[in-house]
Amino acid sequence: MAQVLAVIIFVAMFVLIVSEKLERHIITLGCGLLTLLLVFGLAMHSMSAVIETLNLHSIITPSFWYASGSEGESTSGINWATIIFIFGMMVMVEGMAKAGFFRWLCMKLAKMVNYKPIPLFITFMIMSSLLAMFIDSITVILFLAAVTIELAKLLKFNPVPMILSEIFCANLGGSATMCGDPPNIIIGTSFEYSFADFLTNTGVIAAISLIFVIIYFYLVYGKQIAADSSKDIDFSTIPEPKDAITNKKDFIISSIIFGCAVVLLVTHAQTGLTVAFIGTVVAIVTLVTSGKSALELLKKVDFKTLLFFIGLFAVVGGLEQTGILEKIAAFIGDISGGNLKLMVAIIIWISAIASAFVDNIPFAATMIPIVRSLAATQGVDLETLAWALSMGTDIGGSATPIGASANVVGTSVAAKNGYIIGWGKYCKSAAPATIIVITISMIIIFIRYC
Amino acid sequence: MDKQVIIAIGREYGSAGHEIAEKVAKDLGFKLYDRNMLDDIAKDKDIHVEYLEKYEEKPRRIFSSRKVGAYTNSIEEIIAEMQFDYLREKADSGESFVIVGRCAESVLKDKEGLISIFILGNSDVKIKRIMDKYHLNEADAIAKIKRHDKHRRQYHNRHSAGKWGDSRLYDLCINSSKLGPDKTAIIIKDFIKERINAM
Repeated sequence: MAQVLAVIIFVAMFVLIVSEKLERHIITLGCGLLTLLLVFGLAMHSMSAVIETLNLHSIITPSFWYASGSEGESTSGINWATIIFIFGMMVMVEGMAKAGFFRWLCMKLAKMVNYKPIPLFITFMIMSSLLAMFIDSITVILFLAAVTIELAKLLKFNPVPMILSEIFCANLGGSATMCGDPPNIIIGTSFEYSFADFLTNTGVIAAISLIFVIIYFYLVYGKQIAADSSKDIDFSTIPEPKDAITNKKDFIISSIIFGCAVVLLVTHAQTGLTVAFIGTVVAIVTLVTSGKSALELLKKVDFKTLLFFIGLFAVVGGLEQTGILEKIAAFIGDISGGNLKLMVAIIIWISAIASAFVDNIPFAATMIPIVRSLAATQGVDLETLAWALSMGTDIGGSATPIGASANVVGTSVAAKNGYIIGWGKYCKSAAPATIIVITISMIIIFIRYC
Repeated sequence: MDKQVIIAIGREYGSAGHEIAEKVAKDLGFKLYDRNMLDDIAKDKDIHVEYLEKYEEKPRRIFSSRKVGAYTNSIEEIIAEMQFDYLREKADSGESFVIVGRCAESVLKDKEGLISIFILGNSDVKIKRIMDKYHLNEADAIAKIKRHDKHRRQYHNRHSAGKWGDSRLYDLCINSSKLGPDKTAIIIKDFIKERINAM
């Protein structure tokens, strides 16, 4: 009964999210509430399941803020560390955007390569990856696509190939670190992995893949971009990078905060500071230093996404508590016959295919208990499966225009400016690139861990 | 005329709504906006107009598009937003005009000079009109009407707080089958003139 209810609520949540009849945070919060009432209350009569899923007690434990060397216990239910960290980064990013940081960076790099389309094309791909390692891909693409279109109009080239390659590289860059893509934050905080763990594992895979991706996109679009670059251009019409800075003091402060956040994240395994702690500190420092603009920054934070996460974790908690995910894990274990390579292949490809069509955040949140159970019951290395899940969900989303948030934002910004990118145009270059990167990732995981 | 007047006309498929809108616009000396606004948008954005026509006034495809915050990659919704921006621009310029469909009664609801009208028709009359116009048999005409009205309803209700064809959303709802397109246009014009006098 509890399992049936949990599955019905989960499926209903997915259907409602796709239908867009209601805002997605209302859907997940509503479904989360139904999980608490119907699954845990009516069917299971389990107050402990409610408490475990709400997971509020975790926030007041010292290990939530500071991991003193010994590994803390993996938590289930609402992943408050993820929510607090994302909130902190959102506040920081709003501060940076308000100061003009992203636009300045894009214009500065464009100027450094003398506005030549091919070097611009390659530089923006690399910048997209590097920025997405620390900042959410939506923000990265929002600014990068806008500047690309602005430059394309001034330099008279078609921005679509550049936008498509930037979107792909933002998703790829996001896979390299713990804070790059929401599935990684969820995987990292659920399994107690550090920033360095991601960087030395998925980061290596992403770096190798990036080389192949740049070559691939160059082969696909290089000729077209080079052909566009022969026209006469009046360089005096191009805005100076410094014009992008709205306030010099805010610009310097936000750049320092960003630099400190990167250092804290990279060293958090050594310092013992958890991502929840870093997120909180980053938010507080940004708000304190922004003075009167603090309220304005807070208003711009996407609280709906944070509420979406809370509801989502509660619904997935329902699946977890009723044991349905263990059954799926056992099924994967059975069909793979305990073969680690087969398990990796199943996880990475199923994650990639699913993430190409549905939101990869609920998918990753659902897969975490499955992967945990699979590792425990089959006696295989959890990390290996976690990296397969990370690469599958992060990269799979690149294949279609609806797979990841960056794709939606990038294609939307392009379309609003008259560059409409349909499924055919999008998938023609992105789907093969996704297959290439997933294959590379699988091969590296096989060689390195299996 | 010194006052700005915007006539927003919604219509059922086959109700002769477009024909009536043309007569009203011609008699009042107003410009009529319908599909023709796509020509301006296409020119401004440097897009093929045929491409815009393929997706305009249609509901989004549920499984092939997604929304992230205020951003959507549904071509239908992006084109709808382009049209709404176009209408707002025209309305802000102070121009008086007649607009057919495009959720104009909702998009321009804050405009003082807005007069909203919905034209409906009896099924048998609409079917006959579509059969004659497109040389279709009855079954095909019924299917065509159903398909178009379904798309219009979905499109409208996606972009508007009110329901398509709900009398509470419009200043005047009129059944064109009772008097025919010509006399319906006269009634509408009289109504508009009275409204303008009362402004």
